[in-house]
Amino acid sequence: MAELLQFVFSGLTVGAIYALVALGFTLIYNASDIINFTQGEFVMLGGMTTVFLSLAGVPLPLAALIAVIVTTAVGLALHRFAIAPARGASPVALIMITIGASIFLRGIAQIVFDKTFHSLPPLFSGGPIRFGGATILPQSLVVLAGAAVIVVVLWLFVDRTMLGKAVIATAANRLAARLIGVDTRRIVDFSFAVSAAVGAIAGILITPITLTSYDAGTLLALKGFAAAMLGGIGSALGAVVGGLLIGMIEALSAGYLSSSYKDAVAFVIILVVLVAMPQGLFGRVKVERV
Amino acid sequence: MRAMQHFTAAAAIGLCAVLGAGLPASAQIKIGSVLSYTGPASFLGDPEKKTLEMYVADINAKGGVNGKKLQLFIYDDGANPNNARTFATRLIEQDKIDAMVGGSTTGATLAMIPLFEEAKIPFISLAGAVQIIQPVRKWVFKTPHTDTMACEKIFADLKHRNLTHVALISGTGGFGKSMSAECHKVAGKAGITIVVEETYGPRDSDMTPQLTKIKNAVGVQAVVNPGFGQGPAIVTRNYRQLGIKMPLYQSHGVCSKQFIKLAGAAAEGVRLPCAALLIADKLPSNDPQKPVVVNYSREYQKKTGQAVSTFGGHAYDGLMILTGAMKRAKSADKAKVRDEIEKTKGYIGTGGIVNMSPTDHLGLDLSAFHMLEIKGGDWTLVPGT
Repeated sequence: MAELLQFVFSGLTVGAIYALVALGFTLIYNASDIINFTQGEFVMLGGMTTVFLSLAGVPLPLAALIAVIVTTAVGLALHRFAIAPARGASPVALIMITIGASIFLRGIAQIVFDKTFHSLPPLFSGGPIRFGGATILPQSLVVLAGAAVIVVVLWLFVDRTMLGKAVIATAANRLAARLIGVDTRRIVDFSFAVSAAVGAIAGILITPITLTSYDAGTLLALKGFAAAMLGGIGSALGAVVGGLLIGMIEALSAGYLSSSYKDAVAFVIILVVLVAMPQGLFGRVKVERV
Repeated sequence: MRAMQHFTAAAAIGLCAVLGAGLPASAQIKIGSVLSYTGPASFLGDPEKKTLEMYVADINAKGGVNGKKLQLFIYDDGANPNNARTFATRLIEQDKIDAMVGGSTTGATLAMIPLFEEAKIPFISLAGAVQIIQPVRKWVFKTPHTDTMACEKIFADLKHRNLTHVALISGTGGFGKSMSAECHKVAGKAGITIVVEETYGPRDSDMTPQLTKIKNAVGVQAVVNPGFGQGPAIVTRNYRQLGIKMPLYQSHGVCSKQFIKLAGAAAEGVRLPCAALLIADKLPSNDPQKPVVVNYSREYQKKTGQAVSTFGGHAYDGLMILTGAMKRAKSADKAKVRDEIEKTKGYIGTGGIVNMSPTDHLGLDLSAFHMLEIKGGDWTLVPGT
């Protein structure tokens, strides 16, 4: 029993990390139909900037704040200088651009920061929390809480504010949105900024557990993307559920089957789900009106 | 006095630069190198390149080898063995090198071996795998210690503590995979039984399920973690999180202050085999390697502003073994130099004391590793090892 509980706690820890990364994919996708593969680099930038600022003597909360601002600026710049000039290109071409931008950012990070691993102190010091013979680190709960807060804020924003409605309108039909007076370019700008900020926050919260380095973003983005797809891309709730599910599957298969095949097990389950429900668990079915 | 030496060194280098163009090419010994100083293996190639450049300049400033200046040709393979092979061809056919020091990765080295064997050029590799020198190839040597030796060192320490049943938790990256395979190979001979083996991916962020299984496995007395990068730090943290009391061994892959920093208080009591270079200041003053490693660390840190790594040390050893052989051969003749490299005896380098032979083209024994225990956030030498 204690064994099962420990596996579940591990699943929660890993799942919360995936969920937090997956959340960043939703807003940009909602506004522009682009799957932004730079999301992993936003997560890395959040973590690395905080690490290096705090090494330079900036107090941690301020360092974290600056890191979020810097990453947001990078997100904006990505849209202004790489995505916006190519507007009119197909989403596939735009996705290619984001992949290129992610390689570029990784290269820059290698030079600006360094090539070694770094960590941040956890939000709450103190040992692991013991429960029923199993243990979980307080930081895992912080990551989980962070994901919950972001989901609620995103939901409130999209559902309850004019700006949020404008994002949905832009996604649904860009031309129609423009006709009713929505500045669609601003909206996509905004979605890149918010996604980058969400990524940076994710990076700051998970670094005490995962550690970080200039190339940490690649695999995080891959797992986060898988989580977003499983949950239904575009749905914030789906991103969290997808992330937790993948984390849980990985932990349980590492525990009960084989640690060598845990990733394979997770990806097989994703494939099965997507074959049965191509729009993901919480995704909206797109209806094209002719 | 030191300042004066530096001044003369600098002046000599300056003079060389001025005269260099006018010197006939025949008055130089050409040393080739292919390193991975960009790309995913740049942590190997970068310090190696800096070390070679630094010491070639130093040797030339002191008059060169046998009265001839060294000329260094370095190419970057970007951790791609195909590029390494192309550059090796260029070094042989176009640059017409006399000897080769380099090959940062095992892949690059294995790709270049047939070319240098055919061209009959002495080749000192800086890569890890034991396959480079086993079976012995006439023209191929290497300086870095092998994974096998790290396993043997750990197992010897376990036997010393009367522990015989271990669990492995290995990274699935190249380093972890290779070392785990070597540990399996030598376990029987060392009288160690590997009860259970778990693995984790190179970017995994939580290893508690694997460690829970190890904790609940019957008969395990100690845990060994072959791995590189951030994985071992997370394993160590999770190990303490689960409150496992058995001894934990890490590999030489994490012999750096960075590991202690990343694992924090959890690193307390962890044991690992390390090369002398990384613990230069901790070595007893009667250790024969002490002057060499202290000197190299100081020079490297002064010139580059970076902390030393064993990889740069491997390049230092490669260059010194080669120039030593050239001095003994009193020429740069390829066949004579090769014979002299093979006869290297008692060379004290950063990696250990090298005694080569026709059957051993590495020449290091287990004394190249020191067993360390982390205490109070710093390394301490385990007595009697």
